[in-house]
Amino acid sequence: MTSLFQEVSPGAAEDTPTRQITVTVNGESRTAVVEPRLVLAHLLRQAFHLTGTHTGCDTSNCGACTVLFDGTPVKSCTMFAVQADGHEVMTVEGLAGPSELHAIQEGFKEEHGLQCGFCTPGMMMASKALLEENPNPTEDEIRWALSGNLCRCTGYQNIVKAVMWAAKKLEDQ
Amino acid sequence: MIKLRFASPEMLVDINEIPGLDYHRIDPDGSIHVGALCRHADLERSSLLASRQPTMASAAPLVADPIVRNRGTLVGSLCHADPQGDWASVMVSLDGLVVAEGPGGKRSIPVKDLVRGPFQTTLAYDEIVVEAIAPAPKGTPAGGYLKLERRVGDYATVGVAVSIDRDGGKVTRAGIGLSGVGGSTISAEDAAQVLVGESLTAESIGEAASLSAQAAQPRSDHRGSASYKRHLVSVFTTRILTGLIRLEEEAA
Repeated sequence: MTSLFQEVSPGAAEDTPTRQITVTVNGESRTAVVEPRLVLAHLLRQAFHLTGTHTGCDTSNCGACTVLFDGTPVKSCTMFAVQADGHEVMTVEGLAGPSELHAIQEGFKEEHGLQCGFCTPGMMMASKALLEENPNPTEDEIRWALSGNLCRCTGYQNIVKAVMWAAKKLEDQ
Repeated sequence: MIKLRFASPEMLVDINEIPGLDYHRIDPDGSIHVGALCRHADLERSSLLASRQPTMASAAPLVADPIVRNRGTLVGSLCHADPQGDWASVMVSLDGLVVAEGPGGKRSIPVKDLVRGPFQTTLAYDEIVVEAIAPAPKGTPAGGYLKLERRVGDYATVGVAVSIDRDGGKVTRAGIGLSGVGGSTISAEDAAQVLVGESLTAESIGEAASLSAQAAQPRSDHRGSASYKRHLVSVFTTRILTGLIRLEEEAA
């Protein structure tokens, strides 16, 4: 597929060492042959075309690339793809099917929890982990859990409201 | 290190799949042992640290940010040898050690001797640190860690770790570690020494705070002037120690 999202050539040069890895991504087992230096965020975006995972800072600061790794939120720009071999990864695409919204996504829509939307996938994945551990968080607990995710539109107020909305919806379900 | 272009290794060995290194535990003698794969998040949620090691317990939630804490480790932080790292000053204040293992076997290295300079350690190229140890306290441990950062996850402008052990109110051992105010973590030994042998008083705290500030070697940068950072070292040292007196009064 040649597309806007194809940032680099997927094929490695002939003399570059490669590893074959198998990762369960959003419940589906996927195999790729990658250079050992490829980071997980780029595996997801370039090899698997899951472009919902954003790379913002590339240095573990911004959290836009947050995915769930074996259920725990991690910054996928700071892990190598080969480290995910044999593990489970969940990206924002795994929250709900193409024609549905997860309660968290619905919350961000209802409470206008985004402006430009760049940080949103990371915010949602960090929120997912929070709500699984703590289904009824306080505002302070939400701010604490999302403190590794930066929003440069500074829409934090509505992001917090969106997570509270989602918590309530999940509780009602 | 790689992303910041400080290092370009030809080969990396991932230790994440090595079993048996993700523990933290207390030994019968009261020493606390942290394995190389014990994450910051494990320490943040640790009931063991909450009840037995207050300096470590207060530092754990301030390391990096909540997501980074899921992957990062105390041992990794020590070996990274960042002068602004949190754990190094905590472990220095505890007179902590690391256990390094290589083909020749294991050896212990005091944390204060682990770091040669920014991002440089005294580890041999074929050694890894498998465990960090906070030695058994000489009495009841008390202490804390305070850090100023511009936002969550930023490098520390200033970090101060204070750890004291007390027996019958008298301080039997004291350590003070400083982050972010020098080319490597600083052990403010003179400041810690004035606390030993007596109960904490406003006078001894004032003297320790002033000696801590003198031990700091801050530089002016975009996070603050050298004099501001030196002042913060004094404020944080005072605040942690005064908090311990208050805790004592509340308990009495």
